[in-house]
Amino acid sequence: MIAIVDYGAGNLVSVKKALDWLKQECAITSAPADVAKASKIVLPGVGHFATTAALAHSGLKKAIAEAIEGGTPFLGICVGMQWMLEHSQESPDTSGLGLLHGECERFPMSVKSPHVGWNQLEVNSSSRLLRGVPSASFVYFTHSFRAPVTETTVACCEYGGRFSAAVEREHVFGVQFHPEKSGAVGLKMLSNFCEI
Amino acid sequence: MLTKRIIACLDVDGGRVVKGVQFENLRDAGDPAELAKAHSESGADEIVLLDISAAHERRATLLETVRRAARQLFIPFTVGGGIRTLEDAAAVFSAGADKISINSAALADPTVITRIAERFGSQAVVVAIDAKRSGRGPHWEAFTHGGRAAAGRDAIAWAQEAEKRGAGEILLTSMDRDGTGIGFDCELTRAVADSVRIPVIASGGAGGAQHFVEVFREGHADAALAASIFHYGFSRLADLKEKIKAQEIPVRWPC
Repeated sequence: MIAIVDYGAGNLVSVKKALDWLKQECAITSAPADVAKASKIVLPGVGHFATTAALAHSGLKKAIAEAIEGGTPFLGICVGMQWMLEHSQESPDTSGLGLLHGECERFPMSVKSPHVGWNQLEVNSSSRLLRGVPSASFVYFTHSFRAPVTETTVACCEYGGRFSAAVEREHVFGVQFHPEKSGAVGLKMLSNFCEI
Repeated sequence: MLTKRIIACLDVDGGRVVKGVQFENLRDAGDPAELAKAHSESGADEIVLLDISAAHERRATLLETVRRAARQLFIPFTVGGGIRTLEDAAAVFSAGADKISINSAALADPTVITRIAERFGSQAVVVAIDAKRSGRGPHWEAFTHGGRAAAGRDAIAWAQEAEKRGAGEILLTSMDRDGTGIGFDCELTRAVADSVRIPVIASGGAGGAQHFVEVFREGHADAALAASIFHYGFSRLADLKEKIKAQEIPVRWPC
């Protein structure tokens, strides 16, 4: 069973719908116990980084950290990916999981923000999540903060400078864009994740 | 590079698409779910479903329509028409919409924008503005209730307020151009797009590829929406994107 983690931020129906389409057994849950026994964990997220504070209060953060430690594959989407880093300028008082290094930052004033729409990926071919996804593929973004390019970046995107579109380390994955809203390309990535 | 979005709009009344639809190879040409899927497969970057039925008892039909359309749609999906409260919005989201579009209700009570944005995120809130040119100078007034009532608000000032209150995008329809096929109102679109930081979707007046090129280049639009232009066959949307791309406007094509 894939656990889609609900911490009161936004709409999780789209992610559930995409996994249903891929014929995956999955459930939306806010219970740490469900996360602990899940075969895989998906952490969606929209809106403000501060909403992720609820993960710490509810015990979900601990459950997620322990599950990852125990080898459970994890996928963070949008703010869910940003939360994998240490911090975000959007909410300096809220700590991320700190699994990956770095801090999310604002877009420069030279471009409109939020970054909304279809943009292209520059793919690092060694990614398991992006297997079969060619460089220059279009995916759908909607966000106001972005993660820097680091050693865990497996795909970059260009908008007012390059940033991390996808990160990967062992069984831990994160995507800034919305695979559940990125047509066939996005479904391919979700399918790759389900097969890990 | 961030591409310009081409958005297909379905006007729905009582669970049926109401504009002249001539798609081939569809079991049922007026079915919103089938049309949404067909548009998505032929290259639409996003789908907007607008419920134009006024009757309240049709809300249940709408939710069922949204549910059916959303099931097989994996691109952004916006639903508008008759959404007045946070509860209305929540019902549409749980039926599978990614964004809601609000117009009259937001003008009547702008705090509803903030309430929905706080719960579902700004990216999920599209404020629709129906604007009509008034007076001699470059001035446009916002209208409500499907363009039947003047709201007494300047369209640009209203767009700025909507952004401040938490809107994630503006869907800007030129009432002067709507249904004419003579091109988008680039002057209006540019005036609004240049006065907010959030994306502006131009609507009203699309008749051909050149109109899209103009509204992206001269109107500074981030996206453009059309309904009837796409309703004459599968090939139209693909053709349109090819033509726009040929003029060096970045679009998601091939996709």
